[in-house]
Order: sequence, then C-alpha cells, then structure tokens
Amino acid sequence: MKQTIVALAVMSIGLSAAHAQQVVKLGNAAPLTGTISHLGKDLENGTRMAIETVNAQGGADIGGQKVKFELVGEDDQADPRTGTTVAQRLVDAGVKGVVGHLNSGTSIPASRIYDQGGVPQVSPASTNPKLTLQNYKGVFRTIANDVQQGGALGDFAVKTLGAAKVAIIDDRTAYGQGLADETDKAVKAAGAQVVAREFTTDKATEFNAILTKIRAANPDVIFFGGMDAQAGPMLRQIKQLGINAKFMTGDGGCSPEMIKLAGDAISSTTYCSMAGLPIEKMPGGAKFREDYQKRFGGNVQVYAPYAYDAAMAIIKAMERAGSVEPAKYLPELKATNFDGVTGNVSFDDNGDLKEGAVTVYQFKDGDWVAL
Amino acid sequence: METLIQQLINGLVIGSVYALIALGYTMVYGILGLINFAHGDVLMVGALTALQTMMFLMGVAPGMSPIYMLTIALMVAIPVCMTLGFLMERLAYRRLRNAPRLAPLITAIGMSFLLQTIAMIIWGRNYHTFPQLISTTPLQPIEGVFITPVQVIIIVASAAIMIGLSLLVTRTRIGRAMRATAENHRVASLMGVDTNAIIAFTFVVGAALAAVAGVMYASNYGIAHYGMGFMPGLKAFTAAVLGGIGNLGGAMLGGIMLGLVESFGAGYIEHLTFGFLNSSYQDIFAFIILGLVLIFKPTGLLGERVSDRA
Repeated sequence: MKQTIVALAVMSIGLSAAHAQQVVKLGNAAPLTGTISHLGKDLENGTRMAIETVNAQGGADIGGQKVKFELVGEDDQADPRTGTTVAQRLVDAGVKGVVGHLNSGTSIPASRIYDQGGVPQVSPASTNPKLTLQNYKGVFRTIANDVQQGGALGDFAVKTLGAAKVAIIDDRTAYGQGLADETDKAVKAAGAQVVAREFTTDKATEFNAILTKIRAANPDVIFFGGMDAQAGPMLRQIKQLGINAKFMTGDGGCSPEMIKLAGDAISSTTYCSMAGLPIEKMPGGAKFREDYQKRFGGNVQVYAPYAYDAAMAIIKAMERAGSVEPAKYLPELKATNFDGVTGNVSFDDNGDLKEGAVTVYQFKDGDWVAL
Repeated sequence: METLIQQLINGLVIGSVYALIALGYTMVYGILGLINFAHGDVLMVGALTALQTMMFLMGVAPGMSPIYMLTIALMVAIPVCMTLGFLMERLAYRRLRNAPRLAPLITAIGMSFLLQTIAMIIWGRNYHTFPQLISTTPLQPIEGVFITPVQVIIIVASAAIMIGLSLLVTRTRIGRAMRATAENHRVASLMGVDTNAIIAFTFVVGAALAAVAGVMYASNYGIAHYGMGFMPGLKAFTAAVLGGIGNLGGAMLGGIMLGLVESFGAGYIEHLTFGFLNSSYQDIFAFIILGLVLIFKPTGLLGERVSDRA
C-alpha cells in the first residue's frame, strides 16, 4: 500500500514536470561495441554534448515553449543488419530526429527505415555518395563525402606533389570505385594525365601483374581506392618491383592498420586522406576539445564535433520551424545555415555538406601526420 | 622487354605456389575421386601456425637468426597440417568412402567453413602482418627486372619439392602402392596393399605441401588472415583441372601455366582486346583458357594417362 502511494506520487511528479516542460527524444546510432567502438562512443558523446548544452540553457525555444531533449543511444555494432534493427527501434521509440550512423554500410540500409518512419537522419561520419542519392527527403550529413574527398586527392596529387602522370587502381567496391573515379576526374581537371587505370578486388593480395604494367607507364603517383588490407600488401609489392612513385590512398587506407601491414615499405612518400578537419584546425575546435575533456575526461577521437553539429542542425531547425514534428521542421533542416564547431554547416539539394573539408595526411615518424 | 620478363617472373612465382597447392588436390582426387575443398584452408592453417610460432620465438629468443626461426616455424606448421589432414580423412572422409559422390563433396565444403571459423575464433578477424624474415629487398638480375630473394626461394623450393614428390610416387615402394590404390582400391588391397594407410598417407603428404605453400604465400605478401586460403585454393583447383585432375605432372604444368596466364592476362589483356577489356577481367582470361582446353581436351592438358594417376 505504501509502495503504491509512493509510486503514485512519483508518477504525478513526473506528469506535472511533463506538463511544465516538454521533453523530446533524439536518437543516436553508432557502433558502441566491437573494433571501432571507440569511434562510435565518441560520436555519441558529441550528440550528448549538444543536447546537454541546449538543456543547460533551459531548453530550446520552440513555438513559444521551452523544450528539453533526451538522448536515446543505440548500438549498431557497425553491422548493416543490426543497423536496420536499431533504426526500427529508434523509430518505434518515437524519436524526432536521428544522429548517425557511423559506417556508410549501416547508414545506407538504415536510411530506408528512417524514411519509412518519417524521421530525419543526419550522419556525422558516413562518406559514401550513395547515402544522399536515394531520393529520401530527410537524409543529410555533416561531413564531406567521397566526391569531395576524391576531388581533394586528385588536386593534391597534381598541385602539391606536382605529379604529371598518375596511375589509378581500385578494388571494384562501391567505396573504392567511387573514390577512384572521383580522383580520376580531379586529376584530369587539374591538367595531369591518368596513364594507367587498373583494377583488383577487395579480396586480392597479388598485385604484381597490374603493378608491372603500371611500372611501364612510369607514373609519378599511384593512387589506390580501397581498404588497408589491400593497400598494405600493394605498397610492399610496389617497392619490391622497384617502383619509385609516391603512393596515395583514401580514408580506407588511412589507418594504423595500414602502417602495420605495409611494414617497412611505408615511407614519407605515402599519403592518405580523411574526410573532415583535424580538430586543431576547426573554427570551434579548441573550445570544443576543452569542454569535451571536462565532460568526458578523454580526448576527442574523430566524429564528436560532427555529431555535435548534426544534433545542433536538427535542434536549430526545430526552433526556426516552431515545431518538433519532422514534417514541419524538415524544410527548415534543408535550409540549415550556421557556423558550427566544424565550420559552416549548410546542405546542398541532396543533403550533402556544401563546404565539406578534406584533410591529407603524410606518413612521418611512424604515424600519419595531417598536412 | 623488361615488362615482359617481369611478368614472366611474376607468373612463375605465383604459378609455383599454385602448383604446390594443386598437387594436394590432384593427389587426393587421383586416389579417391574426391575434390577436397578444404585443402586451401589447410594452407591458411599452415601460414597462421607458422606466424604463431614466429611470434612465440620472437618473444622467447629475440636474437635468433631469421633462417632458423623460419625453419622452426615450418617444422611446427608442417606436422600441424599433417595432423589436420590425417584427422580430416579419418574423421570425415573415410566414413563416406562408399557414400554417393555428392556426400563427401558437400562434407569437404563444410570442412572448409569449419576450418575458417575455427581459425577466426583462434586468430581473430583482423589481418596479421607476417614477419618477412627473408629479405624482400629486390635484386636486379637484369636492368629493370626485379626479383626478391623470397621469390627466388619460392621458385627453387617448389621445383625441388615437385621433383621430390615425383620421385616418391614413381620410384619408391609406397609410391607404387599409391599408384596401385589409385588404379583400383579393391585389387590393390587384395594384393596386400593397406589401402587405408595409403589414402591417409596421401592426405598427409598433400597437407604438408599445403603448409609449405602457405608459409611461402604469406612470406611473399607479408600478410596472413583466416580467409587467405580461399582464393589460392580455388585457383589451384582450377590449375589441377587445367592440367588434368588426378595427374601429378598435370598439376605442376597447370599451376605454372595458370600463373603465367594470369600475369600476362592482367598485363596485356587491354592491348590484346584493343582496350575493350581491362584488368578487372583478368580472371576471365584464365577461365577462357580453361574453357578452351576443356572443350578440346576434356581430360585436361595431360589427362589422358589415366592409368598413371596417383
């Protein structure tokens, strides 16, 4: 009996609080377990910081009412199937917007679930161009896509490295081929020549035949669109065939794993790129890093600032629309234009970032160093 | 010209590895009529066991000479694979010897998945760096043509092993028993050949070759992974069919030929088809050759000597 009274009392407090102030759920989906869980947790922390910042100011001013936000965090395990399951769970939980996912491979299938559930999705990490090309109205990203990355890579090869002849290899996956095609275009646009275009698979370890063919074309730079598991052995074989060209790859090979797999073949003539800026170079980076450290007691990994901007884009759109309902605030989300932590956030017609930054890294003293 | 010679070397190196693996396929097929699809995964187990051994040795005796270390790693990997080959035959295939042909074939595919999954549990999903103990600094025997010491060893060792195996099959008592068993089980056992022992021996020898091939493969590319056996296994199977499955000489010829065709295919397919096909079709090239050979000679290149299979 006593318990019932207590329970009723608690419930009535809860109800009165809800009356006084509306609480809106925002979803976050990222891998929180598994090999890239540190990156996923970092992403979620970014969203959490945005929500806590808004709540600390008494909430967002939406339609004349103060609205507070609540984070619903889900773990997609970097797995496409789990990704769609948690997407459905978020839709069922009644979230009004989602920040996520991390991997393109999970973002793309999940975007269909969000579209059907009428929930806008802003990814702070997925770079595959396809994500925003599916004709879904509510899909955005706050990070550069691979078209922008390929463009930057091609430009860097020609203008900074001074390459006149470039050889391009890709692994025939959606990611590798997409990135290689964009790099190819950018190289030609910058006035250099693509002297060889070769192909392999994402399961291969033997590249001697195509590399021998490339050697005959005598390129200044060899670019590979693919993952570190191929890029590592490829770089070894490049050295073993006595090729002196510089080597470049995209974010798939921009990992500590790549350094391990390439062994002593990796040198300061090896370059890679990542979508986004290193935090020191972001307009709001210094303050963000400090606040993040205070709140979570660790360093920003990669995606937290992008997730922060993604959550902010959603909240600001709600404020301008005066509604938390997706149907009402979606047009405002499309019209997003503000200076976030990572730089200016505004979307093009597809939902891609208009000014997506890309950073090129060089291998130096045992690690990747941002240029 | 350097390019042509370089492609020849590339083809010979990878072809030698294919040939070693193909021998394992063809020996088992010759004697049992079974395609042992798990053979490629024995190669993977060999490479990863050698890797594990090297890691251990580097921990306990960091100053050990690389040649000793590699030898010890091989001496561990070979018996492990031999045991594995023996157990596969004893536990799975022997029970199915009189079953319809499809049953052992499906079992072999299952065995392949089983080995890969166990390896994934033991060694994880990540790629491992395989220590390149023999120098991979390229030599330049001819201006513009490069070959690494590892590659030289691969070609020489493969040739030596193949000669050794041929001698074993043609000149020794156990070789004669193998040939007899291949020709006719029942008659061989009536003549006093312990056919069960001979079949087990064949599996064990095949597995040992796979272990050597696995260590060569991993040393050459500097990488090892639980799924690494699949592609070379498939290619070696193709090589065995190309040469005439069941025939030892055929497997060697098929392996080398496939290596060369792949290498020249990837290198010259664009010129040969006037830019119509590019290197993403390099595997097609190998299979076109296979198709043509099988149309005009269904038993494979050297397949007519059915009585000689072992």
